[in-house]
Amino acid sequence: MSEIKILLNNEERIVEVQPYETLLEVLREKLGVISPKCGCDRGDCGACNVLLNGRSVRSCLILAVEVDGQEIITVEGISKDGLSKVQESMIDNNSFQCGFCAPGVIISATELLNNNPHPTREDIKEALSGNLCRCTGYLPILEAVENATKE
Amino acid sequence: MDKLKYVGKPVVRIDGKEKVSGATRFTDDLEYGQNMLYAALVESTEAHALIKSIDTTEAEKYRGVVAVFTGKDFPYKFGLYMKDRYIFAMDRVRFVGEQVAAVVSRDKRIAEKAAKLVKVEYDPLPALFDQMESLKNDAVLIHPDLGEYVHVPWFFPQAKTNIAHWRKTRQGDIEKGFAEADYILEDTYRVPRYAHCPIETHAAVGLCDLSGRLTVWASSQSPHTQRNLFVEALAPLGFTHKDVRVIAPPIGGGFGGKAGVSMEILAAAMATKLRGNPVRVIWSREREFYNTSQRLGVIAKLKIGVKNDGMFTAIDHRLYWDAGASAEYGANVVNAVGLSATGPYRFPNIFIDSVCLYTNLPPCGAYRGFGYSEFMFGLESHINRIATHLKMDPVTLRKKNAIQEGDILAYGVPMNPSGLLKAIDAVEKEIEWSKKVKPIDSNKVIGKGFSLIWKAPAMPPNASSAAFIKFSEDGSLNILVSGMDMGQGFLTVMAQIAAEILTVPVSKIRTENPDTDRNPYEWQTVASHVTWSCGNAVRNAAINARDQIFEIVERACDLPKDELYLKDEKVKCKAKPEFELPLKNFVIDGIQTEDGTFRGGPILGKGIFMPEFTSANSDPETSQGGHPNVHYTVGAAAIILEIDKDTGEMHVKKVVEAIDAGKAINPDLVKGQITGGLLQGLSTVLYEDMRYDEKGKLLNPNFTDYKIPTAKDIPDEIVPIIIEVPQPDGPFGARGVGEHTMIPAAPMVANAIQDALGVRIKTMPITQEKVAMTYLKKKEK
Ligand code: FES
Ligand code: FES
Repeated sequence: MSEIKILLNNEERIVEVQPYETLLEVLREKLGVISPKCGCDRGDCGACNVLLNGRSVRSCLILAVEVDGQEIITVEGISKDGLSKVQESMIDNNSFQCGFCAPGVIISATELLNNNPHPTREDIKEALSGNLCRCTGYLPILEAVENATKE
Repeated sequence: MDKLKYVGKPVVRIDGKEKVSGATRFTDDLEYGQNMLYAALVESTEAHALIKSIDTTEAEKYRGVVAVFTGKDFPYKFGLYMKDRYIFAMDRVRFVGEQVAAVVSRDKRIAEKAAKLVKVEYDPLPALFDQMESLKNDAVLIHPDLGEYVHVPWFFPQAKTNIAHWRKTRQGDIEKGFAEADYILEDTYRVPRYAHCPIETHAAVGLCDLSGRLTVWASSQSPHTQRNLFVEALAPLGFTHKDVRVIAPPIGGGFGGKAGVSMEILAAAMATKLRGNPVRVIWSREREFYNTSQRLGVIAKLKIGVKNDGMFTAIDHRLYWDAGASAEYGANVVNAVGLSATGPYRFPNIFIDSVCLYTNLPPCGAYRGFGYSEFMFGLESHINRIATHLKMDPVTLRKKNAIQEGDILAYGVPMNPSGLLKAIDAVEKEIEWSKKVKPIDSNKVIGKGFSLIWKAPAMPPNASSAAFIKFSEDGSLNILVSGMDMGQGFLTVMAQIAAEILTVPVSKIRTENPDTDRNPYEWQTVASHVTWSCGNAVRNAAINARDQIFEIVERACDLPKDELYLKDEKVKCKAKPEFELPLKNFVIDGIQTEDGTFRGGPILGKGIFMPEFTSANSDPETSQGGHPNVHYTVGAAAIILEIDKDTGEMHVKKVVEAIDAGKAINPDLVKGQITGGLLQGLSTVLYEDMRYDEKGKLLNPNFTDYKIPTAKDIPDEIVPIIIEVPQPDGPFGARGVGEHTMIPAAPMVANAIQDALGVRIKTMPITQEKVAMTYLKKKEK
């Protein structure tokens, strides 16, 4: 067991972790942060995406000990003070069906819009191509990201 | 009727905010407390073998292990339509990956390590991986006791064979039909197995408290059916329906894979022997592929006779299904197809055999489309080939033979009202069917393909739905139902139906996923039937609540019931225009009369729905005499496909799909089904390719090797079209569309490839490699 300290959704958290525990496990099972989901546990689906120092990463592929001293943002953090524009746009657009992929998709979309406020359709596809969604056919998600950049 | 205010409107999903804020709690997101137990499985390494011995001593001794279970602990059979499976394998294993034992610990890694210490010795038996092998007379028996299995009366398993069910449908005189034909086309089509791939894997947590109360939280499409099957299986342990409760949190995709009961029974059974501790069973992605259920594979031998003028004279459709190691659910897929394998066409003479075969591959069951995608691949391919032979436009040929209201279905009952011809016309126009599209790149060719859509819900004749509606003090309301919102938007649609009748805005209505203790009965959320069936129950509950409201107002205010109506959350009276009484004033507290006493009380609407015209009783040799299906939903679709002649790479430029929803309660959600279903269908034809080794082990149980589409793989353009020819017994005329949207994908791709390259591919999937190789072969000839 070793102790790590992280800035999680803008709050300093200290937690004991085993050297083999993934960030996804620690977030979900020790820190009560459940928006990142486990869809594959091997880096294929993107359901576990979180922002690590502002960059989206697969939390199932990162060991918790590796993130000591770093900043992590999940959808809980993004939603804390009201929803972001892209989240609102996703509601208006009925973007999700089951919604299991939603937190991961929102992390990828947030990263994209932080770096590129006016992405093209191709940019959006590229940014979301690491997030599998079995329900929607992606179109309503892409449209929501586009709409969020308008006006 | 006044203009509709909520029904038919693209209302925003009532659970949208929950989903995008990360608030939605799926099964594994809930808190089950500190004393959780984790189960790790021991799986069969053999495809078919007798279990000689299981040695659990090492595992039991391992530090931190709480319990080890094997088949002996739960010698009970279960299954939805036929009881042909055990909780853990008993004396034999029937597929690689079947659960043989489980090790339980407080620590999931300890459970996994100790599971590796369980030693199982097998006596291998010959294994069957091809359904045509299973059919042979001398084939090894996968279920030697098949003749003794309990099953529904409309299944016909053949004892001492591997045939779990054989549906025969006969109409007219098949020989005469073919004798009358000017042209007969006969061929075989193959469709392999597929995986559902919900992004949330199967998950279940069972807790049997010290009083003997069993609660199971499960990612499930069927909470009530699961409760019923748990009770049936665990009855020897003394459990009755009142002791068992299934709570179904939101689910991360189902597609049929979470219908009925599969792994959930492990959580339920183990919990009964570990009282006071929640037992968590979560499937890994690998296991999700090989030990839930898969879509059945089929070999379809199809023969159609046609006159020179294009009129069909006869169909002979023999379908041999690979159902895997268990057919408790899959045999009903086979049954459904056996009744409907004519497709949406009029055939005066019909011969259908749909045969369900056991194999030593993972069990198969319900999958979005319930067998229709599988047989429509061959049928719609065949129709195009016949059109080519007749030098007739394939759309014209379809229109000539398209089934219409009142035409007699294969099982002898008239067809329901349908917008099939309207759908064909709409698609033909939108895709500009007769116009050739020229590729810009000379190395590429462009083809167009067409396919019809056809499917009926397959369910027991008495599958029913029930709903309660209760008001709160501010006039907002809760709808209690047990249908599952697995993404299709069921909860929102139910709210819209109640809103319309009670004039309460959707924003003031809460509907949540069920708990069998609190919510009334629903058979299952499958068959694309809940909008229709549960929608009728909610409609009836809303009408019932409205009747109560009017009755109270009549008694308290002395106004005639028949003159009362609702408008904008108020009771109004035709005879007394100045009268108006807001619902919130009395739906809980009642109405005070002049003497200070009150009339009424909390309004509680109740509604049920069961189709009372259906029957599964029919002649087993012909399927005539019953009324197995409630109605068919139909539609049409077309594709523009660009193909690279050298590499076979395909690119979907445009897809148009028109579907007859009867009434789209929420057009935006119907369009969501079209977009999502089409991509799932395109994925089965273009990408997904399940591979087994020669010992029956699945080689690609992950998303690296079993490809499903990403955002970069979508068509350039999708045009959804909603047709509305009302279903007379549907709520506001609605019928289901969820599964149907994926059905035309595979045949229209195959037809577009023929149009573009002049080659006919008769086996799915139609991958880039297959297209390139088939075209190369044609060029070499
Ligand atoms: S769970 Fe991490 S990528 Fe799928
Ligand atoms: S909405 Fe179900 S996986 Fe994306």
